[in-house]
Amino acid sequence: MFWRKRKTSDFGAEIEAHLRLETERLREHGLSEEDARAAARCAFGNVTQAQERFYESGRWLFWDRLWQDIRFALRLLRKSPGFTVVAIATLAIAIGANAVVFSALNAFLLRPVNVPQSESLYGLQFDGGRRGALSYPNYLDFRDHNRSFDGLAAYTMDRVGLDTGENPTRAWLYEVSGNYFDVLRMQPYLGRFFHASDEHGAGSAPYIVLSYAYWHGHFQEDPGVVGRAVKVNKRSYRIIGVAPPEFRGTFLLLSPDFFVPLVSFEDESALKRRGGWWIFETIGHLKAGVTRAQAVADLNSLGDDLQKTYPKENGRMNIWLDRAGLYGDTFGRPIRAFVAALMLLAGLVLLAACANLGSLFAARTADRSREVAVRLALGSSRLRILRQLFTEALLISLAGGAVGIPCGALLLRRLVAWNPFPQFPTNVPLNPDANVYAVAALLAFVSGILFGAVPVRQVLHTDPYEIVKSGSLTKLGRRITFREGLLAVQIAICALLITSSMVAVRGLARSLHSSFGFEPQGVILADTDLEMAGYSYSSDAVPAMQKRMIESVQTIPGVTEVGLANCPPLAHCGSSRTLVFTDETSDLRPSNAAATAITYQVSPEFFAAAQVPLLGGRAFTWHEDKSAPRLAVVNQTFARKVLASPTNAVGRYYKTRDGARIQVVGVVQDGKYTSLTEEPQAAMFLPILQSPSSESFLLVRSGSDPRQLGGEIRSRLRDLDAGLPVFIETWPKAMDFFLFGSLVATVALGVLGALGAILSVTGIFGMAAYSVSKRLRELGIRMALGAQGKQVLGAALGRALMLLAFGSTVGLLLGILASRVLASIVYQATPRDPVVLAGVVLAMGLLGLVATWIPAQRALSIDPAILLREE
Amino acid sequence: MSTQEDRERLELLQGTLDLLILRTLIFGPQHGQGIARAIQQTSDEELLVEHGALYPALQRLEERGWISAKWGTSTNNRKARFYSLTAAGRKQLGKETNKWKRLTAAIGRILESERG
Repeated sequence: MFWRKRKTSDFGAEIEAHLRLETERLREHGLSEEDARAAARCAFGNVTQAQERFYESGRWLFWDRLWQDIRFALRLLRKSPGFTVVAIATLAIAIGANAVVFSALNAFLLRPVNVPQSESLYGLQFDGGRRGALSYPNYLDFRDHNRSFDGLAAYTMDRVGLDTGENPTRAWLYEVSGNYFDVLRMQPYLGRFFHASDEHGAGSAPYIVLSYAYWHGHFQEDPGVVGRAVKVNKRSYRIIGVAPPEFRGTFLLLSPDFFVPLVSFEDESALKRRGGWWIFETIGHLKAGVTRAQAVADLNSLGDDLQKTYPKENGRMNIWLDRAGLYGDTFGRPIRAFVAALMLLAGLVLLAACANLGSLFAARTADRSREVAVRLALGSSRLRILRQLFTEALLISLAGGAVGIPCGALLLRRLVAWNPFPQFPTNVPLNPDANVYAVAALLAFVSGILFGAVPVRQVLHTDPYEIVKSGSLTKLGRRITFREGLLAVQIAICALLITSSMVAVRGLARSLHSSFGFEPQGVILADTDLEMAGYSYSSDAVPAMQKRMIESVQTIPGVTEVGLANCPPLAHCGSSRTLVFTDETSDLRPSNAAATAITYQVSPEFFAAAQVPLLGGRAFTWHEDKSAPRLAVVNQTFARKVLASPTNAVGRYYKTRDGARIQVVGVVQDGKYTSLTEEPQAAMFLPILQSPSSESFLLVRSGSDPRQLGGEIRSRLRDLDAGLPVFIETWPKAMDFFLFGSLVATVALGVLGALGAILSVTGIFGMAAYSVSKRLRELGIRMALGAQGKQVLGAALGRALMLLAFGSTVGLLLGILASRVLASIVYQATPRDPVVLAGVVLAMGLLGLVATWIPAQRALSIDPAILLREE
Repeated sequence: MSTQEDRERLELLQGTLDLLILRTLIFGPQHGQGIARAIQQTSDEELLVEHGALYPALQRLEERGWISAKWGTSTNNRKARFYSLTAAGRKQLGKETNKWKRLTAAIGRILESERG
């Protein structure tokens, strides 16, 4: 409707046409050309007036005024680039942050699992530490006897070796019940899915459904893969289909590479054992019309029956339902709480940004009070002036949104692509969708209205007569206003965040160079599991194969040492713990244990390869096998706790739960085993010949380029067994996992600190600018009376600087207190560090300087003569 | 000006111009000047239509959707904007005519009634 209006020129042409027609008619009546034209004009009346009436009748006026307002606003903004840049940057950051956080909220809370009708998809959760876990027979009973679900599907996750004929690789799979895809109401992207009817007991239905991402990444979307035979942990499977692209599995934190039926993967005993809780989660759609409470009651009565029928295997099942995707309270509650807290924080950041921009706007409006007064005096309506102000505010906020939203989207895209742990496909769908863009745009609009509304009162209360007569009215408040309080809080929080992030950065830097009890630099880890290549972990073939692996890699040129461990310290693997007893203990009850020792199964060369300092005794040899007496190397803490003698431990004995006596042959230095912030833990190292493990990490120490060496190791191992999947990374890279918490904390604090700094800058800038422009006349008089620059600055900026000093001090003190909390996440975080203290003071000082620079320049450049003459 | 007679012409009443335009257009499409001429001639030169007031009125009617406009050529081969009645305009004309008749009849009765 707005655009169907005629153009003014078209209207003018019509009037021209009329005058010509009329002139011609009059000429036919015998008038001269000149007379006819004059008569036509006279009959027409006032041409300009007609045009004006046409103009005013139309919606042209609205657009014209809008265009005028926009042009005027742009001119004003161009005139004060400092203000414009600060305002747009602040909003861009605040809106970008909100977009990022909202898309996390969107991903985790609003669209949990990407399946049809996901709102009725629930997962079974059990009270008492069991979470979602269920045994297969129990699952079958729930599936077959419940009356609340349109089918119940079960799934569990596993890491396997996948051999497609070329390079055996490691992959994550979901083992799922046959009805999984049917329960989820999904259709295959390619080929077909397997169904409940395919299942015929253990080992049946050896079918694979690939995830779209895996198909895309490993098979280049080749539709010919359907029907291809592959090997999973050396068992034969056939690829039958590909899942749709948007489906990433039913557990958001781990998206599988492919799906296989449970029954094809597990052996008979696992499927029969009622006491084996290995099924990860059971999910299903509620039947139409069944409420959550009814379903819970139904499931619990089933659970009670199962408990009565199988009292030995089944404890009391207290069942409840949770939205599928985040696995109940285990992940759901912390993630939801975290995301909600983030959203709140982001909202507060935006609000604070609006408050600060509001005071900047008020300052500008105060500067323009004379202009406003003149316009009012000339007959402009207050509404028109307000409209102009809002146009300016909205222009800024939309520009902020236009910068912030793409930046946020870019950041999100990088976050999605960023896979901090290549071993775990933690694929969270953070991609921004239409919801995210809409919310961000709305936020931009609303914040424009919010901070644009701050100076409304000023305009409404402008008395043109007074202002034109006496210049801007100066009412100086001496009270601490709400806005000032808010600013002080912002500055304090900013100083707190800056302190914390500096403490974290310093701690992180220190922890990279601290002593771990071993030397990760220069070591490559080749991670493989012989079980994936079909070895049984208890067979003697395992240590023999491991020895061959070590010997083979040892001969690569440039390699200095090769050792093997089931799981080296600070790497991606589960370390095991064992209860140990003193030799004198005869009652081997858990409560009598002397310590819980982290247990490593290592080859003799491990200590040399990892450079674990041997403090006394010796390492193992390849001769001490199962026929020899049992041996161990222990660390200092173990020696102190179990053998009561850190120095004299060699040669002594201790016991494990099964009664075995183990002799200590060596003592090594304590190290970090499961995290960087841990207290010293007892650890023991057992020879792989005596306690074999199919999990095998080769530790390869060399001075060569890791990438090249990695390829060489891979090819050597392939020569030994072509079906062995190997994962290679450097030890320091693997340790990133343990630095991840500190890294995330540091980055998060840094980002928040930067946000806080920007808010403080705009806040101080706004306040200082406002105080300078409000007191311009007073400052001019002071200068006229001989005040020096320093005194003028003191008068103009004193209050802002006081707030800065006060807020910074409070923030610094809080930051020092908060570092205790930080120390539990970031290794060696301490605020008692002159660099940190000096850094914070410097940062806050700089911040103050940046924020007050423009207002200070303005205060100093006051020319009292001009100012006093003008006003 | 010599074509204009000296006797006093009637000024149009507020709101009647719309009705007259709609009525004139019932005989087919016409341009602004033609409409003005037609009103003047049909009323035996009694009614004075200020041409300048005609165009904003045409614009208003067009916006309401009662008439539609198109540029065309006049009988003497001049470019002109031709207006024609739309279906909605036809309906509106009926309503307005009816209203006008009732109004004039009522006013006539009052003016002609004899005071008792």
